[in-house]
Amino acid sequence: MIHIQSLNFAYRNGEFGLSIPAFDVTQGEKVAVIGPSGSGKTTLLNLIAGILTPDTGSIQVNKISVSELNDAARRDFRITHVGFVFQDFELLDYLNVKDNILHPYRITGALKLEKGVHARVAQLANRMGMADKLRRRADDLSQGEKQRAAICRALLPYPKLILADEATGNLDPRNKAHILDLLFEAVDEHQATLLAVTHDHELLPRFDRVVDFQDFRSG
Amino acid sequence: MGDGMVDSLYIAWKYLTYNKVKTGILIACITLIAFLPMSLQVLLEESERQLLSRAVSTPLVVGAKGSALDLVMNSIYFDEEVPELISMEDARRVMDSGLANPVPVYNRFRARGFPVVGTSIDYFEFRGLKLAEGRMIAVLGECVLGAEVAERLGLNPDDNVVSSPENLFDLAGIYPLNMKVVGVLERTHTADDSALFADLKTVWVIQGLGHGHDDVTTIRDTSIIIDRTDTDVTANAKLLHFTEITEVNLNSFHFHGDLATYPITAVIASPHDAKSATLLRGRYLTEEATRQIIRPKDAIDGLLENIFRIKNIIDAVIVIVGFATVLAIVLVFALSLRLRQQEINTIFKIGCSRMTIARLLGAEIALIVVISGVLCVAIMLVVNSYSNELVRAMLFR
Repeated sequence: MIHIQSLNFAYRNGEFGLSIPAFDVTQGEKVAVIGPSGSGKTTLLNLIAGILTPDTGSIQVNKISVSELNDAARRDFRITHVGFVFQDFELLDYLNVKDNILHPYRITGALKLEKGVHARVAQLANRMGMADKLRRRADDLSQGEKQRAAICRALLPYPKLILADEATGNLDPRNKAHILDLLFEAVDEHQATLLAVTHDHELLPRFDRVVDFQDFRSG
Repeated sequence: MGDGMVDSLYIAWKYLTYNKVKTGILIACITLIAFLPMSLQVLLEESERQLLSRAVSTPLVVGAKGSALDLVMNSIYFDEEVPELISMEDARRVMDSGLANPVPVYNRFRARGFPVVGTSIDYFEFRGLKLAEGRMIAVLGECVLGAEVAERLGLNPDDNVVSSPENLFDLAGIYPLNMKVVGVLERTHTADDSALFADLKTVWVIQGLGHGHDDVTTIRDTSIIIDRTDTDVTANAKLLHFTEITEVNLNSFHFHGDLATYPITAVIASPHDAKSATLLRGRYLTEEATRQIIRPKDAIDGLLENIFRIKNIIDAVIVIVGFATVLAIVLVFALSLRLRQQEINTIFKIGCSRMTIARLLGAEIALIVVISGVLCVAIMLVVNSYSNELVRAMLFR
């Protein structure tokens, strides 16, 4: 599913660099990525999603060479193949939960807002325990509710790859377990692949594999 | 409109309704900047139309020497600024010239805020005024109302209206006269709508030049009668003066002295032809003359020239303020882009291009401009509907 080879990346200010000789994730695998803050976990997810481009090396996702795509193709790839659960939810305060979940459909041409999509929003919200909160604005939600809304948004287009950046970071232990259940459920249901950055060591046994990021970082 | 544009407008609408205060301020700024020059133009055109139509339909006005504009504004627009008075002798002089028909006008007093215009019955024919209800003035103490006066004061024929004292502290001065409303004129959308019309003698009664009181020849009360001879009776101030003219006391009203010396503010002169107009004007050209004859259109042309000169200055100010407003709006959007950097980053991360951001911002601007445009049109419709009344309220007091 994910095949990374000889990856090198450095931010323009030169303060941080990431070097990964090789890294593979197979289809359907649930992988936890751990490591100290600032070790480059989020950078890796951004590189895999095509938000950042590597200086050298290659990234392949589902046999698509992400690192060789142009900007527009990378954006289309991200929308159609990747469900990204961001660290700080990235919900828009001025939209209600339903509009936030549908936001990618409204602002891109790659996803079509058909009738079935609305039904799927209701289904996802129901599963996430958000069915009665679809009309509430994002700034009226608790942290756990925000995270569940962000997960709904990420899962809505049936992505084959789910990238979760500390998706359980701000939650209490009960909510953490529940959110992870929901993510695993979605991954199993659609034979998707999950790559989750986390600091929660108590959750690690539930993943198929754990990757310690200290092994990659350089410079 | 494509789905993409509809979705962008939807998101933009959500953003604008979420940020109500910012949106409201932007809409108010754009609406005002668009509305100001347009409304100014509409009101000026209406002012020009009203001033000129009235002035053009009034060929010549005779009055005391002084400000031609004050004379015109008082005699044909019934402004409350009273020029120096002339007398009925001046009306007779126009009549005797055989060159024009005189219509005397005495606009000095007011009733409940509206001018009481003393004139002759010829005025109504001269202006083509028709009655909407009731009848024309026939006897002393009666008045007919302009349409707006009747509407605003809620008066109808057979009601009464009391003239206002000229000065509340002048105890020896003008007493209020209770006048009977006998008719209401049809609406003309001119100054005539905002005036009460009475016979000149009625207005002289308001001024105290004519009066009615108990028959002193029959009063035996010595505290009222000071002196009595075979030909004269002298009474003191205790003698009761009538403040209302009724059928019973009508005959007791009388005027002392020569009516030709009684005051008026102007004489509207309708020359028989252009030559008569020229000849009549020539008679008032001597340096010793204490009267002037003016063509109202000349006075109004001068006024309009000044108004439009001021309008040009206002236009220039509006352009500068408009430019500054546009710059401020651009600044607001630029700052808002910085404040919304996180939202923009989210949209980028989801998978959108800069073009999407531009489209969303464009949709926001388009909505603001459209809402401002609709508001502006709505306000302009109101201004258009009431331009006649607005101009009259602003120009003529």
